[in-house]
Amino acid sequence: MSSNAAVAEHHHVGPGEPPHIHHMDTPTAYGAAKLGMWLFLATEVLLFAVMFCSFAIMRYYHLAEFHDASHHLNLPLGALNTVILLFSSYTAAVAVTKAQKGDNKGVIRNFGISVLCGLAFLVIKSIEYTGKAHHGMFPVVWNEHFYEYKNFLGLYYCMTGLHALHVIIGMVIMVIYGILPARQNRYSGRYYTPVELSALYWHLVDLIWIYLFPLLYLVG
Amino acid sequence: MAHSNHHSHDEIGHVVPESLFFKVLLTLLFLTAVTILAAQVDLGKWNIVGALVIASVKASLVIYFFMHGKYENRIIWTYILIPFILLAIMIGGVFTDDPFRSKPVPLQVTQQP
Amino acid sequence: MAAHASSSAAGHEELNYLNWKTGIWSWLSSTDHKRIFFLYLSSIMVFFILGGIAALIMRTELATAGPTIPSIVKDSHTYNVFFTMHGVFMIFLFVVPGIPATIGNFLIPLMIGAKDVAFPRLNLFSYYLYVIGALIGGVAMLNPVDTGWTFYAPYSTTTSSNVSLMVFAAFVLGFSSILTGLNFIVTIHQLRAPGLTWMRLPVFIWASYATAIIQTVATPVVGMTLLLIIAERAFGAGIFDPTKGGDPVLMEHLFWFYSHPVVYIMVLPAFGVVGEILPVFSRKPLFGYKMVVISSMAIAAVGFIVWAHHMFVAGISDFSAKFFSVVTFLVAIPTAIKVFNWVSTMYKGSISFKTPMLYAMGFVFLFMVAGTTGMYLAMLGVDVYYHDTYFVVAHFHYTIQGGAVIGLMAALHMWFPKMSGKMYNETVSKTAFAMLFIGFNLTFIPQFILGMEGMPRRYYDYPVQYQTLHTISTIGAYLNGFGYTFALVNLLWTAKFGKVKAPRNPYNSTGLEWQTASPPIHENFETIPVVTEDPYNYGVHKHA
Repeated sequence: MSSNAAVAEHHHVGPGEPPHIHHMDTPTAYGAAKLGMWLFLATEVLLFAVMFCSFAIMRYYHLAEFHDASHHLNLPLGALNTVILLFSSYTAAVAVTKAQKGDNKGVIRNFGISVLCGLAFLVIKSIEYTGKAHHGMFPVVWNEHFYEYKNFLGLYYCMTGLHALHVIIGMVIMVIYGILPARQNRYSGRYYTPVELSALYWHLVDLIWIYLFPLLYLVG
Repeated sequence: MAHSNHHSHDEIGHVVPESLFFKVLLTLLFLTAVTILAAQVDLGKWNIVGALVIASVKASLVIYFFMHGKYENRIIWTYILIPFILLAIMIGGVFTDDPFRSKPVPLQVTQQP
Repeated sequence: MAAHASSSAAGHEELNYLNWKTGIWSWLSSTDHKRIFFLYLSSIMVFFILGGIAALIMRTELATAGPTIPSIVKDSHTYNVFFTMHGVFMIFLFVVPGIPATIGNFLIPLMIGAKDVAFPRLNLFSYYLYVIGALIGGVAMLNPVDTGWTFYAPYSTTTSSNVSLMVFAAFVLGFSSILTGLNFIVTIHQLRAPGLTWMRLPVFIWASYATAIIQTVATPVVGMTLLLIIAERAFGAGIFDPTKGGDPVLMEHLFWFYSHPVVYIMVLPAFGVVGEILPVFSRKPLFGYKMVVISSMAIAAVGFIVWAHHMFVAGISDFSAKFFSVVTFLVAIPTAIKVFNWVSTMYKGSISFKTPMLYAMGFVFLFMVAGTTGMYLAMLGVDVYYHDTYFVVAHFHYTIQGGAVIGLMAALHMWFPKMSGKMYNETVSKTAFAMLFIGFNLTFIPQFILGMEGMPRRYYDYPVQYQTLHTISTIGAYLNGFGYTFALVNLLWTAKFGKVKAPRNPYNSTGLEWQTASPPIHENFETIPVVTEDPYNYGVHKHA
């Protein structure tokens, strides 16, 4: 991951100082890391694009089934998850401002909230999955009754599953590149690249969900 | 070494006030409520159009404010837009096909292989 | 490009990127883009050889009607396995990382006057992703996949061979490709030497930039499509399998959405290589630099809207077929512009026929054949007849072998003095070129004719009427194979035992990469060069 490469060797650098990268000066390194991250996000959007495209086609073919199947999803839980992710995205954005002001405690606090929100999101998601499994709507226990919903549910699990994986990755990134270095007062107005990149990644997770929620839970 | 031409000072990036983020959050929550309520009304095919329009407004807000898109240069905006353009091309291209031909084998409720 | 590279203090033992650290671990863990180039090159050559062997086995079987080597190619299934091996190895493990990850890795930082790529550790990481992908692919071949490299549904979603593992390997390889492309885009944006403006960039950099964009934004599409195949196989997601309400043609759409642009990943850098070589050996500026640049970017862009021309007979709608046929013709415009630029560059130049120049001229010829036959196939009525015949096979190989592989060979010969610090023997390499060039045409011209006569592709046997042409094709294939072996052994031998030291700038080129030592030092340049001129100013004023 590009954020990985952006964080060069920390040692021998005082708190708040940018790391020394032998082949780039600091503004160049900052610009490079940010452009790299945006490119990476572009690839992530395109990963999901395939499923959005498949969704469009499958919905075209199985409109009625998609409608019915969509109503089997738990709308209140989905809505709650939307609110949670939006809020976590807000705290992630605040964390960047905190880092720019050199407030490392603020970074820990706000990223901490985002990580907890991510955790809550996953818990709710697994409650939803368990509920589906109970009704035989889980991939490993497809049965006759729900067979006509297979196209919808297949995409539902692919999309939310991959999204959940991104939630996990985003949480790990925020801990490793945001919270842990902030505990050593690494960030300042002169150096906060990893915080910004981690936040960007987390916003992407939110961004995907902004589309997944209405498509899967509302209009089906 | 080449300098990125927009950072001439020691300070890098743009500091966005937290209050702005909070306003954006409120807007996003409001739009979420709107999209849920709109989905309760049956508007036929306009349901999905409305939902996607609202989702796109929300996504734009996230990119523009939360992700600092407002302060980014043209290069980054190019790479923000490319995936969305490609997604449109992809869906557009596939839809030149499927709606204009007979459907594949109709859905059959059959036994598991 | 006049550049100030301070003259090296020659005298003591010269340290360069090859010898400044020793030991196998110093190579395997190196983040130096020049060493990563070597890692990639040695790895892809393994698969070039394996894929080549698979090709020769197929050609041997096809040498005569009826079973030719029944001990190896037992039945149609074995034959399917061999062409899948050939396709997967050559496409995913050889040509796609081919020029970008090898030559691109070596040249991009040197050509733009940088010390390294933007993310050196990410670069090494991409290499290891490649290795992991290759290993997974190797394991998958234990229960050999027989789907062809395209993994079309519904066969790929129902066959019992190791498709899941193989497509996962392709997914991992895709990520290696994505990260390489991403790295190059950022490098070209951020690390250009002072004075090296966009319109002063060598065309290889432009071509690599266009390639990198495709790598970064097209590869995720196929990656996800392949994961959906796994989902289909694992729990019947009902997306591609028609018996479950899926649409197999959707899989083809998504697959070709990547796999058409991927052809440009393979061939665009070769365009760049040729654009570098022709001016040097014609002693003339590149004709129409701006148009070459624009056409590179245009090819990358147009490549994204033509994918369904691979599916004219796959059952897509008439409307779709017409639309994609028309836009496919658009590709001809930028590619033709390039050919005209190359030819005009040579026109009235002071041409010296060194080996790289021969490869470059061979490339122009072969690519013209590839492009014009491509136009046949873009025509709907013609394609219905030619599709899935040897005509397509021949067209494809003219593009990929005649384009990408010849381009890679051209680049290897062109920058060999820079890479190894030695000069190879011209006579030997020219002989090798003649062998593989003649062999190549001997293989594939008969296949054009076979295709027109109706010989379908992917068949392991044929009626006697096709015998003569098939035999000629097989002979050509062996000549081609010997040519490559000869050329590569020559380079390898020179690198190891060669006596003739290469000077800094053996071809009197204006490129930045030639202003540093051969081979370059670890940091590339003694001092970062400052660029004051446009590229390719040959004959404009006197150079030393």
